Amino acid sequence: MAQISCKDLCLGYESRRIIEDLSFEVHSGDYLCILGENGSGKTTLMRTLLGLHKPIAGAVELGDDLKQSEIGYLPQQTQVQRDFPASVEEIVLSGCGGRRGISPFYTKQDRQTALDAMERMDILPLKKRCYRELSGGQQQRVLLARALCATKKLLLLDEPVSGLDPRVSMDMYRSIYELNKEDGITVIMISHDINAAIRYASHILYIGKEIFFGRSDDFVSGDIARGLLTGGDGR
Amino acid sequence: MTELIDKLLMYLEFPFVRHALIVGVLVSLCASLLGVTLVLKRFSFIGDGLSHVAFGAMSVAAVVGLSNEMTLVLPVTVAAAILLLCGGQRAKIKGDAAVAMISVSALAVGYMLMSIFPSSGNVSGDVCTTLFGSTLILTLSKTEVWLCVVLSLAVVTAFVLMYNKIFSITFDEDFARATGLGVGVYNVILATVIAVVIVLAMNLVGSLLISALVVFPALSAMRVCRSFKRVTVLSAVIAVGCSLVGLVVSILAGTPVGSTIVVADIAVFLIFTVVGAVRRK
Repeated sequence: MAQISCKDLCLGYESRRIIEDLSFEVHSGDYLCILGENGSGKTTLMRTLLGLHKPIAGAVELGDDLKQSEIGYLPQQTQVQRDFPASVEEIVLSGCGGRRGISPFYTKQDRQTALDAMERMDILPLKKRCYRELSGGQQQRVLLARALCATKKLLLLDEPVSGLDPRVSMDMYRSIYELNKEDGITVIMISHDINAAIRYASHILYIGKEIFFGRSDDFVSGDIARGLLTGGDGR
Repeated sequence: MTELIDKLLMYLEFPFVRHALIVGVLVSLCASLLGVTLVLKRFSFIGDGLSHVAFGAMSVAAVVGLSNEMTLVLPVTVAAAILLLCGGQRAKIKGDAAVAMISVSALAVGYMLMSIFPSSGNVSGDVCTTLFGSTLILTLSKTEVWLCVVLSLAVVTAFVLMYNKIFSITFDEDFARATGLGVGVYNVILATVIAVVIVLAMNLVGSLLISALVVFPALSAMRVCRSFKRVTVLSAVIAVGCSLVGLVVSILAGTPVGSTIVVADIAVFLIFTVVGAVRRK
């Protein structure tokens, strides 16, 4: 049984449809990269998978005992977050919030989960630092650690390397790849970086005039990839 | 100096002065706690907006001749708060525009009603009192003081119990919602609490200066603190300190209560800005 299966999904806002008849499945341990031009509906699709946006038609089904609250999410940063006065520890710990339900305080176990997540992302020494004083790459690692607190199964990442310099981006890609391979966490990532997508992902979902979903090897040998990689527009 | 202290002790003999101190401190404490999340959510002006709504509702209550105007003012303000804070991204007119729109409309309609159906001979005096708070705080009855104490305790308790949720919602509402936190419910509770605090604080500093109680302690604390918890605690301390100083000075020097408290807040903000700038170097 697939961890996430989308059937005939139709997405959009009010009367405007962005994506039509999208079907795909993600299995446990997959690494899926979602590619597509700006405005093609990648973020809307991710928000739908998270249950933040209702599809116009079709459905998202969660399998493998995956609960909606067990999905870790790395959103794109907002302006509010960039100058937020909070310590790294506080932010990572807030990843445990969903699991606590209405109980008002974090448990010892939550704090341990947060410490483990920080350790995993190599940001333990930054624990007491203020979020707004960190570099872009460090901030992304903090948010990724927070996402790890919320899940052991599935991570949804919305352009995790946007605004980072190439070296920091490579580190970030490597960390995500390790989470996928070593910890067996399913990864679904929105990306603009087709080369990195082909290199790391097991599956590719391309959203554009044509929709492609399949293994990344098949994507590379397909027409869309050929157009994109040679600098064409993929048609 | 001893002369001043004697004068202060003499004033403290009067129950109404003690009442003013209790209410002043409690209200600014509540306002500052909520101020942190409001400033960070870019809703700094909601205090102003909601207090104008309360002003509008108050004039309607006066015109209709309600004996207890709170029965109208509180529900209307709570409704406006929920509308503004929970509309969120779905609202057609959002954020600052929505606050500004609701705020000026309520102000205009309220003033108009008060002019058409004057409840007393001194309309501009009444308006001025509501807008600047003036001496209202010195005429509190014992019941009002108790009501204020109970409501403040409720607000502080709610804040402590919801502290971690408030952090999550303020930092990243989408993430909180995606990971299964009941964001909607907490937003409604938060909006209600904010409305209650605003209505309480109106007596203290009046509609026009209310934003100062909400934003200054939080902004001052943010100049020097590096964690959310410290910002919250420090802004509460600043708020209580400034209110005490402001009230005492206004009693001794005979200055208007509301504006004296706000001037104290401004002074602390300037000091903390300098301290923050020096520490960063």
